[in-house]
Amino acid sequence: MRAKRVAIAALGAALCAPIVLGQTAADEIEKYRQALQDGNPAELWEARGEDLWKQKRGPKNASLERCDLGLGAGVVKGAYTVLPKYFADSGKVEDLESRLVTCMVTLQGFTPEQAKKDPFGGPGKKVPMDALVAYVTGASRGMKMSVAANHPKEQEAYEVGQKIFYFRGGPHDFSCATCHGADNQRIRLQDLPNLTKTADAQRAYTSWPAYRVSQGEVRSFQWRLYDCFRQQRFPELEFTSDASVALTMFLAKNANGGVFDAPSIKR
Amino acid sequence: MKNKTILLGAAAVLAASCAMMGGREDASAAKAVAMMKASFKENGQAKLDRLDQDETQKLCSIHATDKEIPKDVAARIEKANLEAIKYPPGNKYMGDWKAGERIAQSGVGKQFSDNPTTPAGGNCYACHQLSKAELSYGTIGPSLYNFGKLRGNTPEMQKYAYGKIYNSQAFTACSNMPRFGHQQILTEKQVQDLVALLMDPESPINK
Repeated sequence: MRAKRVAIAALGAALCAPIVLGQTAADEIEKYRQALQDGNPAELWEARGEDLWKQKRGPKNASLERCDLGLGAGVVKGAYTVLPKYFADSGKVEDLESRLVTCMVTLQGFTPEQAKKDPFGGPGKKVPMDALVAYVTGASRGMKMSVAANHPKEQEAYEVGQKIFYFRGGPHDFSCATCHGADNQRIRLQDLPNLTKTADAQRAYTSWPAYRVSQGEVRSFQWRLYDCFRQQRFPELEFTSDASVALTMFLAKNANGGVFDAPSIKR
Repeated sequence: MKNKTILLGAAAVLAASCAMMGGREDASAAKAVAMMKASFKENGQAKLDRLDQDETQKLCSIHATDKEIPKDVAARIEKANLEAIKYPPGNKYMGDWKAGERIAQSGVGKQFSDNPTTPAGGNCYACHQLSKAELSYGTIGPSLYNFGKLRGNTPEMQKYAYGKIYNSQAFTACSNMPRFGHQQILTEKQVQDLVALLMDPESPINK
């Protein structure tokens, strides 16, 4: 009797093998992610970013402490939850990275080219932008996303961002929606968020920027978009370009109400 | 009479506002295209002309948020893509399934970070289950396990499989699947190898 039961269990296990293995793999990946949460190296970027924020730099020998990130000059706490946002001084809708560029130009006297020269870190190269992004975003941890998108320019950015999300092009006919427009899909074993649904959009957006273990770098949201378009087989998305900000507006507003929890840590 | 006028007036306002919404939609679509062209730069093999949509890409983008693509639009897309399929000479649809498995596993090709002289892969496992041995497969497309075994290894089915890989949108308008032959991602020989992977009784997919 017992042997029979064991045999039936074994048969059941064999029949369910792909599902069971798939589930186990997902569980193991989840455990790995949990384990990573203890001691996120992104803290080093956040600390370096805070120093850079307060440090006098550039031709004007000024710090960024008077930079208005959307909640008034010098307010860092919670600022990331309202971005992207229209800024009257630049006359543009700006995400965090483009706003930092604006402040580096207006307050510190860098040229736009200098401010945008090293958008992302790489092997053996730590860049100020990643650190500043880590610092500012870290100051919104635990707060709810609340992108207003009331200003006509903000509304326009949202509408255009949505068009970009569904724009199919390149040799593979891919759009953002190809991978991120339906529920419960995977590429290989990687789960894909459906960025058109509130719960998934909140979960995904509030987890960036992230320290990528496989790359040893903190990756900003601008980097996330840049690398998505690379995999979409598009040309290279320019750092802080209008399209990158519009798409960010679409994704950030869809995540409204989600509790921001980054810089996170990912595989 | 007065009621009728009000009704007509309301209808006119409704029609006008619908037209305006349509106009606004078109305007933001045009704005998106212009903005994208100004926001990307060429890098290696990925030139800016990759943002120039063909008719199929344009229609599929416009109708991406529809519950269903209008029937006439879908028919137009499928007809144009079907007519564009170039079948191999001598109706030779099958290649080598072992080469096909390597192509199905490989995700390289066409990214600006890829070496353009290296042949591209099909990356089939990114979206489909194929052989039972490979557990790391995606779910954007349906499982293709036992593809040939279930359908029969007939010349008609081989031709269908060739056409589907060559140009998926000839059979399903706005499919998520790349048009591997049509867009010159894969060569004729590579598509034949993938057909063999799907159809050959010796292929692990049909075991």
